[in-house]
Amino acid sequence: MSFYGLVDGSESSLKNFLNKLPGVDQVGAESRAATLGTRSIKTTSKKWAIETAISMVDLTTLEGADTPGKVRALCNKAVRPDPSDPTVPSVGAVCVYNDMVQIARTHLDEIGGKHVPVAAVSTAFPSGRASMEVKIQDTQDAIDAGAQEIDMVIDRGAFLAGKYGLVFDEIVKIKEICGDKAHLKVIFETGELVTYDNVRKVSYLAMLAGADFIKTSTGKVAPAATPPVVLVMLEAVRDFYAMTNQRIGVKPAGGIRNTKDAIKQLVLVNETAGPDWLTPKLFRIGASALLNDLLMQRMKLTTGYYASPNYVTID
Amino acid sequence: MRLDVKKTYKLYINGAFPRSESGRVFEIKNNKGEFIANPCLASRKDLRDAVVAARAAQVGWAKSTAYLRGQILYRIAEMAEGRKDQLIAEVSAGEKVNKAAATKLVEAAIDRWVWYAGWSDKLSSIYGGTNQVSGPYYNFTIPEPQGVVAVTADSLLSFVESVGAAVCGGNTVIALVTGGASIPVMTFAEVIATSDVPNGVINVLTGSLDELAPWAASHMDIDGLDITAINAKKRNELIAAGAENLKRIHAFDKGVTPTRIISFMEAKTVWHPIGV
Amino acid sequence: MTFEYSPAPESKSIVKIAPQYGHFINGDFVNGKNHFPTINPATEEVLSQISLGGKTDLDKAVTAATKAFSKWSKLTGAERGKYLYRIARILQERAREFAVLETLDNGKPIRETRDIDIPLVAAHFFYHAGWADKLDFAGLGKSPKPYGVAGQIIPWNFPLLMLAWKVAPALATGNAVVLKPAESTSLTALLFAEVCQQAELPAGVVNIVTGDGSTGSTLVNHPGINKIAFTGSTEVGKKIARAIAGTNKKATLELGGKGANIVFEDAPIDETVEGIIAGIYFNQGHVCCAGSRLLLQENIADELLVKLKKRIGKIRVGDPLDKNTDLGAINSKEQLIKIKELAKVGEAEGAERWSPKCDLPAKGFWYPPTIFTDVTQAHRIAREEIFGPVLSVLTFRTPQEAIEKANNTPYGLSAGIWTEKGSRILWAAQHLKAGVIWANTFNKFDPASPFGGYKESGWGREGGRHGLAAYLKENN
Repeated sequence: MSFYGLVDGSESSLKNFLNKLPGVDQVGAESRAATLGTRSIKTTSKKWAIETAISMVDLTTLEGADTPGKVRALCNKAVRPDPSDPTVPSVGAVCVYNDMVQIARTHLDEIGGKHVPVAAVSTAFPSGRASMEVKIQDTQDAIDAGAQEIDMVIDRGAFLAGKYGLVFDEIVKIKEICGDKAHLKVIFETGELVTYDNVRKVSYLAMLAGADFIKTSTGKVAPAATPPVVLVMLEAVRDFYAMTNQRIGVKPAGGIRNTKDAIKQLVLVNETAGPDWLTPKLFRIGASALLNDLLMQRMKLTTGYYASPNYVTID
Repeated sequence: MRLDVKKTYKLYINGAFPRSESGRVFEIKNNKGEFIANPCLASRKDLRDAVVAARAAQVGWAKSTAYLRGQILYRIAEMAEGRKDQLIAEVSAGEKVNKAAATKLVEAAIDRWVWYAGWSDKLSSIYGGTNQVSGPYYNFTIPEPQGVVAVTADSLLSFVESVGAAVCGGNTVIALVTGGASIPVMTFAEVIATSDVPNGVINVLTGSLDELAPWAASHMDIDGLDITAINAKKRNELIAAGAENLKRIHAFDKGVTPTRIISFMEAKTVWHPIGV
Repeated sequence: MTFEYSPAPESKSIVKIAPQYGHFINGDFVNGKNHFPTINPATEEVLSQISLGGKTDLDKAVTAATKAFSKWSKLTGAERGKYLYRIARILQERAREFAVLETLDNGKPIRETRDIDIPLVAAHFFYHAGWADKLDFAGLGKSPKPYGVAGQIIPWNFPLLMLAWKVAPALATGNAVVLKPAESTSLTALLFAEVCQQAELPAGVVNIVTGDGSTGSTLVNHPGINKIAFTGSTEVGKKIARAIAGTNKKATLELGGKGANIVFEDAPIDETVEGIIAGIYFNQGHVCCAGSRLLLQENIADELLVKLKKRIGKIRVGDPLDKNTDLGAINSKEQLIKIKELAKVGEAEGAERWSPKCDLPAKGFWYPPTIFTDVTQAHRIAREEIFGPVLSVLTFRTPQEAIEKANNTPYGLSAGIWTEKGSRILWAAQHLKAGVIWANTFNKFDPASPFGGYKESGWGREGGRHGLAAYLKENN
């Protein structure tokens, strides 16, 4: 088997490829991300940026306390983030646990949200500590229930133990199950991988194995989608594109709570991977609280007044 | 009565003892006006050759461990001690001082080597350090040799003080020596030649400072110049000539302190990020 | 709709520029003569009229400084330190004002003046304030003494920062100062005079006389000066070295450079690209320690150049007051002409020139970020300091060859090393003949870190204990 003509999937070919990647200097990467964080964007572009960010949000609820009611409310918000303004776009997707997929899908379809995909977290999310059979079943269940996007977690333990082949095979297997029914997002949990060198390696590992998107975190571990982590992942998709002519998406998730953070992410995308990536097809932001702040900032732009949380819905 | 076998005093360049390419010598007489020796009157071409030798020896000497340099400098003291009587006799004759004074001078010269020998591996602890910069960087400063240094001397002791300071920090040296001191200094060169000092690290030219120093001051491949033995009135001209390559030119009129060593060293500061 | 950065200009309203300035002598602003315009190099707009100081002005300033010195040097170090702390705090309070003024007068981006120049200025005063009562620990024996009156001549590339590098250690050690700013960038020095007044610094301790090279030359040759501190070209540095031969004046010289930035095959490539950018395009390349010679290991050269060019294409050139600007205006017409001339020579000598497409403003002095490839050590652009946003790219095959090429210059100010191999970093750092070596980073500065060059890059150090020592006489 050949993956993009770069590796054959064997442990040794993966080691050979990944260990030859250039290192990441922590201070340098953080300093570059910080500098980009000082960019400010044009007022006319700001509305576009906010709306783009809204369309990139994977509106997420991943709680043990999730109920059908909670999920349906979230779907309403996803389709019409601002009930008072129909020009606000729908979000990128609704992201829920496996057992909520069908509820979300059915409700979205009922309220005119056919265009909003449901993403399911999968493969024993968030820890990934289960047998391969369970992970496969988990994924299959989600797809059968109507998930069009699968957010799988990798086996971080295996990665840290250097068992790249094992991690690779899992991704390949899940990708097979997704087939053409669902997009595959691969979650790294970068907070557990710790170093930027690992982030770079795992990004390539996932891309080679067939990921459509690479995603930072589950949202359950901090730190999550810090700007330098996203920077390193964006560098990876940029360079992977140069190697393979294939554009892979990036999804930061966790810790992006306000408009300022979101716009910083868009600046990172624009400056690193380039404007081609400024689309929900290639960039998503996993978040829950972020959406309301985006809406408030949008209100400020439309009305000229600073907004109050009382005017945005809390679902 | 047996006729003395007299010594021919030559130059010391790149570990060898050649005559001056110019074929010139100058005469040294003792207090009674009796002939002692005809040391070489070195020319600018001898200087040129000495600089080439010193430059070639530079990297190796600078790179050798400070411990090794210290041991070699101490070895010079050991070897000099063994030839103390000869050095006293030659200082007495060449520098025109009585035996007691000559003894003191030679002993001071030998002890000075011992002092320098102990400095070589302490310089970066005392004159370097880590700097607490505001940011995730490891930052340290170390003194490093400037390169090739020319020094001037008019006595054995001033030769030792100036040469020792420069080589202790890792420089290679061309010593310009004048007058009667040429006699003990060239004997000292034999001490150096038998003390494990690599060829070219110390080179000795005897002759006229008036003639040689301006060539040294304007030489573009000499990095430092010690003008302590130059008459105060003649220093300005050398300083001005040395400006052409911004030579580090110093005179030490107040005795020997470690500053003399450091004056022919450059502070090198290195930054590196701290990260995982 | 596309993603556009806003022209996010910092407001100019924070600064007040007088139509005309004199000098600052003995604690007062005094009238000057022979005014010449100082302009905003980004717009060519005249900002103010600056006085060309002459012998009379300098006589007054040196007299004031000499008089002030006798009291100032006798103050306890603790008291002197408190004045410096005051200055540091006032500089922090008025940081934005200084940043905007510096950007207006110099042409450098507000991002740099705001985030780098002015914070470092305050840091320098704060650092040296702490030294004032600890001079016994500076390694120069007990109670080392100041020289007297320091004549300080500063360049236009980092106007206020170079002032701080010079004034802060001079004052901490008990010297008094006569300072001459560069002719094209006097405004922040004159604003600093106001800070001295607000800090109630005793009259005459700091005097500022504006002017051009002739003013500087008169200052260097003034018999009342005991210590010279100069930052500028090697050519002028040599003149100063000649001028002070035969005097008792001590000198610290920070001169030119042609820094080698060496990239080994195992470099952290993306951060290396950033470091190359920081090395040559920071401050429009008007940096004596710029990494202006890029030495690439040949086996990664092509790959790195692709990335580098892509990244250079992202550099935002334009209005220096725009917070998004990366590369501002060239400081003067003369400098722009010099850059253009050397670039022309580079092309004539067969090097390949490349710049990204970028729209340069119609008014003002501008030069696009530029690289030259196929450069060898024999090219003038590999030997001469261009002092602009122009990078010369050379290749090497082995670490030894890299070091030989890096050291093959009369300069010795800075060098860069990019590799993930620790032992190679230390090996390269040991063999490079340069006063400041940045490994896996570039163009970082700090008051605690000594700065200065080997060989023709200057005499002495500024910053850290080493820089402090340059203002003190050893006591033994």
